[in-house]
Amino acid sequence: MITYLEAIREAQAKALADDPRVYIYGQDVGQFGGAFKATKNLAQEFPGRVLDAPISEDAIIGSAIGAAIEGMRPIIEMQFADFSTVGFNQIVNHAATMNWRTQLPCPITIRLPSGGTAGGGPFHSQSMEALYAHYPGLIVMTPATVEDAYSMLLEAVAIDDPVIFCEHKYLYYHLKAESLPTEAMPTGKARVARAGRDATIVTYSAMVHESLAAAEELAGEGWEIEVIDLRSIKPLDTDTVLASVARTGRLLAVGEAFPWGGVTAEILARVASEGYDLLDAPPRRLNAKDTPVPYHPNLWGTHRPTARTISAEMRELLRR
Amino acid sequence: MVLQTAEAPCSCMEASENSQSFLKAYRWMLLARLVEEKIASLYRGGKIFGGVFVSKGQEALSVAIGSSLRKGDIFAPLIRDQAGRLAFGEPLLDCLRTYLGSRLGPMRGRDGNVHRGRPKEGMLPMISHLGAMIPAVAGCLMARRFRGIEGTVGATCIGDGGTSTGAFHEAMNLAAVERLPLVMVVANNQYAYSTPNSRQFVCRDLVDKAAGYGIEGHSVDATDLGACLKTLGQAVDRARAGHGPQLVIGSLLRLAGHGEHDDAHYVDPALKESALGRDCLKVAEQHILSSKWAAESTLLDWNEEAQKQIDDAVALTIREPLPDPNQEDWCALATRHLSEG
Repeated sequence: MITYLEAIREAQAKALADDPRVYIYGQDVGQFGGAFKATKNLAQEFPGRVLDAPISEDAIIGSAIGAAIEGMRPIIEMQFADFSTVGFNQIVNHAATMNWRTQLPCPITIRLPSGGTAGGGPFHSQSMEALYAHYPGLIVMTPATVEDAYSMLLEAVAIDDPVIFCEHKYLYYHLKAESLPTEAMPTGKARVARAGRDATIVTYSAMVHESLAAAEELAGEGWEIEVIDLRSIKPLDTDTVLASVARTGRLLAVGEAFPWGGVTAEILARVASEGYDLLDAPPRRLNAKDTPVPYHPNLWGTHRPTARTISAEMRELLRR
Repeated sequence: MVLQTAEAPCSCMEASENSQSFLKAYRWMLLARLVEEKIASLYRGGKIFGGVFVSKGQEALSVAIGSSLRKGDIFAPLIRDQAGRLAFGEPLLDCLRTYLGSRLGPMRGRDGNVHRGRPKEGMLPMISHLGAMIPAVAGCLMARRFRGIEGTVGATCIGDGGTSTGAFHEAMNLAAVERLPLVMVVANNQYAYSTPNSRQFVCRDLVDKAAGYGIEGHSVDATDLGACLKTLGQAVDRARAGHGPQLVIGSLLRLAGHGEHDDAHYVDPALKESALGRDCLKVAEQHILSSKWAAESTLLDWNEEAQKQIDDAVALTIREPLPDPNQEDWCALATRHLSEG
């Protein structure tokens, strides 16, 4: 069995082995193997190519941009997605604008250990994907499975543009697969994670699993709920979403991020403007609460959507 | 003004080399000054969209770093580096095409004025956020090291205000940790836009920051071209020889507004009268004449030549096509099939 975290480690090992342009740079990623061990033993296996960085997110990402200009393929680990705000300027103003301004691509992969875990608190739990998706020039991946964590990270390194790779910390150890995939869906294509005909849940990352659990619960009540895993939120596979809504007539978009704007709002906007006639009921969205992410598990478990709250929201939608 | 050099008497051959590099640098400074005067004039005539930022008073420091670097090095100029850009090898046309929005310019109308570069050729196009270019140069140097390319130096420029940013600190520290051959040139021109140094920092001297990063620091009178060429040359040599990052603080006064929209009324008259307020171009001219390296008539010829070069470039540029929104592909990604369009 291989975990989601091990898949990320294996993808990086493969990228380092296959491509001499690849190196890994981030805090504690060297001999220590990373705060979550996503780079375990890589510094030993690839001497001089997995480097500890000072606590300087702006400079870490800025240096990756320079290295990419000079033909390298850096993989940057932010220790937590939350800390990427310190490097935000380099990501959105420098990396994201480079190709458009100069016609020189900026192939950097920025790994963001994202999302909430019990006890994480306000500064180790955030979901940053919508912020980055807002900016032109970035690709934002949000893998929900072990297979995608592996294959999408390899694709991220191969892509000529800056990729924000939002890997979910809750899935690091919870999610296991039999083996690493040998083939993969292309980036930009969403996946039907569970087929259904009564309503559609569109979601991504850890919320795919909460949504699948909700669908299972609702199946016991006789409902067939379709779950779409977006895989990447930018590009966002509107076609697959619309095709599902065409089958079911009902839409619930679920995300772990804060509620204002964001991915779920984008999905509803697209379906409302491009597929209004497909809807049998007003579309709904479910997000975290509009507060910082709380520390205590009693609060955190209620702050973010769960299978229970998704089921409840879906029952409301099915009643309409 | 008489320039005193503290150097020991040198051989005639060295003196000749010094004069040749001085004269070459002077001519880049002159071209930079004149092209910026032309651009300022075009701006006042409403021919330029956006801001115009001139280097008046900073040409000596800028040209010294540009001409101390060599082909294959990395250079990330900032807003007052027209002279350094030319010396490093940026075609004069790049400047005019970017200011005038020509589609044939390196930024094709997508970015303007000083935000231009040729990253494939080692000249990075600045973004506006101060300090942001320093780690990018550091990353270029890390890449050269990864690729086993030896002997590269990277240089970038900033002002006194830029040293207050977190980005400056992060990047200087990172460059020091990696012991990169990075030359950080600070033009201490006494004002960040309108903010005087007294509201910017309280350290005794900006060069003291070098000690904090564990790197070598240099100070230079940046109104003195000879001193700038010597100090920047040494800093570049030290970096190339493996002595790690070099911090160079050049002291001068910005002799123009922050941009052409700014009359700089806030500049202390006492500073203008001080040695800092000397015009480095005039100081260099006087040095050339007093050293008898060139005659006054030769300087006039050079001025005319530069002016003609600029006039020809302007005449060419204004006939070039402008960006066309209907021909623009509006795609930010290199991986076009992943664009949301």
